[in-house]
Amino acid sequence: MSDAPNSARLEAAAGSGGVARSGRPRSRAWRRFRRNRLAVAGTVYLGALFAVVVVGLPFSSSWYDVQAPRNAVRHPPARGRVVDCARYERAQQSSRLGQAFAFAAPAFHRAAAWWGYDSIGRSVLFRCLFGFLISMAIGLGAAVLAVTVGVLWGAVAALAGGAVDTVMMRVVDVLFGLPYILMVILFKIALETPLDRLCGGRGQLANVVLLVVAIGAVSWLTMARVIRGQVLSLREQPFVEAARALGAGRLRILVRHLLPNLVGPIMVYATLVIPQAILQESFLSFLGLGVQQPLPSLGRLAADGVQAVNTFVGYWWLIVFPCGLLVTTLLACNFVGDGLRDAFDPKSQAAPLA
Amino acid sequence: MVLRRIIRRLLWGGATLACIYTVTFLMVVSIPGNPFTQADRNMPPEVVRALEARYSLDNQAAYFVEFLAGAVRFDFGPSFQYKDWTCTQIIARALPVSLLLGFSAMLLAVLVGVPAGVVSAVHRNGPLDVATLGFVLLGISLPTFVTGSALLTVFAVYLKVLPIGGWGRLSHLPLPVLTLSLPFMAYIARLTRVGMLDVLSSDFIRTAVAKGLDRRAVVWGHAFRVAFLPVLSYLGPATAQALTGSFVVEKVFSVPGLGVHFVDAALNLDRGLILSTVLVYAAILIVLNIAVDLLYAWVDPRIGEAA
Repeated sequence: MSDAPNSARLEAAAGSGGVARSGRPRSRAWRRFRRNRLAVAGTVYLGALFAVVVVGLPFSSSWYDVQAPRNAVRHPPARGRVVDCARYERAQQSSRLGQAFAFAAPAFHRAAAWWGYDSIGRSVLFRCLFGFLISMAIGLGAAVLAVTVGVLWGAVAALAGGAVDTVMMRVVDVLFGLPYILMVILFKIALETPLDRLCGGRGQLANVVLLVVAIGAVSWLTMARVIRGQVLSLREQPFVEAARALGAGRLRILVRHLLPNLVGPIMVYATLVIPQAILQESFLSFLGLGVQQPLPSLGRLAADGVQAVNTFVGYWWLIVFPCGLLVTTLLACNFVGDGLRDAFDPKSQAAPLA
Repeated sequence: MVLRRIIRRLLWGGATLACIYTVTFLMVVSIPGNPFTQADRNMPPEVVRALEARYSLDNQAAYFVEFLAGAVRFDFGPSFQYKDWTCTQIIARALPVSLLLGFSAMLLAVLVGVPAGVVSAVHRNGPLDVATLGFVLLGISLPTFVTGSALLTVFAVYLKVLPIGGWGRLSHLPLPVLTLSLPFMAYIARLTRVGMLDVLSSDFIRTAVAKGLDRRAVVWGHAFRVAFLPVLSYLGPATAQALTGSFVVEKVFSVPGLGVHFVDAALNLDRGLILSTVLVYAAILIVLNIAVDLLYAWVDPRIGEAA
């Protein structure tokens, strides 16, 4: 790199790829995203939900497991009065956060009354709030894992080429041939003991980590294929050739020219993995393999609700609220993911017949 | 030409199958313990040893060869969990059920999903598109145990027009088939819509419209043939998934299919059943993928020549 500033500018011009009508590609994508009403609605909804969950965290984290038998399957309890108040207060006293936010407790209790209580008197609201957090953590964790492994695997395969590429992609083919649910279960069983030891006996935390690893470990395959395809086609683009001609090294091409062009597909895929992972966890919960009691997750709550409603249809709030939260969360994630895809893929914009 | 392609693909499939078998075997073997050494059983060591010998648990390498030799003749050996059954018998009983359920579901998914996707692409951002989009997103976002239970509650509990669950009569089919097909239907509609939008914005469509061709002819005759390709390649893995991965639906409607065995075999560490279900699943997937590839070449001749 003898004439660094000059070549950097040329590279930057080459790197912008398509037609630079107005502004950088990233800001144009952002503008397109903002025009997509559903995507914006999804973002706002998720943001608002996160705000509520964070505000409610001091209570939900200590109250999700409070069993007030006199509340069992009540909805709503008499005029919003908190039955078995002492149990909640004891749980609140035991957590420092709960003490600090004591002033907001009555408002949350009033809200909790309207969300009802389950068969052993636990508040559906607090379980939902905490479950949302756990579900989101599982979704995000799995997405991060899937994206990291998938991007590395795909990019290395595409850049190495030749026999390495063939072998790496064969591995993906073979793993694709394995039934997904069986792999998750085997993963869980195999990793249970070592992870338990790693987390120092905190079994519930180990279990959540296990779910993230198991779901993430089977979700990276698509990402690897997508990224490999993208890198293969990008590698032959004139702007990469230009960069190479100007003397840019392999690493520089990957980091400076390829990765920025991969941000789109990576973000799109990541946002679509999150709802998928949450859904997978709910299936596992339905089979009794997901988050373990008493920890809640949206899937666990929905599955429990379905079972409770199957025995007595009158307990509608046990299924309507968790499922409603689960479905709207997944919908919002999908809206955002679709919006991102449309924003990063301008080709799908103008259609003469539409 | 086509025959050579099929043979080559089948050989590759066999190699892949061997890899899948090895990977699964290694995974199963690397998990410590077996059903006979569980703490709550409390069996005398001689009995455990005898049982381990009977199920060839004492020599993993020998079992690797033994199972493979049997599997070639569709003899998958005994199951740990179901004492009086061989894995072949278990699969022979469950597979037809899953095949019927899965194929019906995929058929329904294609028959509804594809037209829905085309219509929503043609009427982009119109009320029909929004309605389809809403349906698609619900289909993707709702867990099947929720849709299944909802359908059960409405049709079996309140309306009492269909049985609650079970298998054997024709009336047992509609609810599980519909439940199983919904996510696939939604995804197919979405794939078709995206593919159609992509094609509809290409030059040859503009030419076709410009020369005054009938709209319907352009959409179905020109655009659809290209837009269907991604759907076609999705159908292979999706069908394999519908055939074997329907465990949740099978549980909700108590259908005696194969899906349950995937979960139970893994949970019980039932080695023979794990290996045989994985092999059956992978074989179905490979065969379906070959079939889809051939169909692909038939729909789009360019691909056949390139390969």
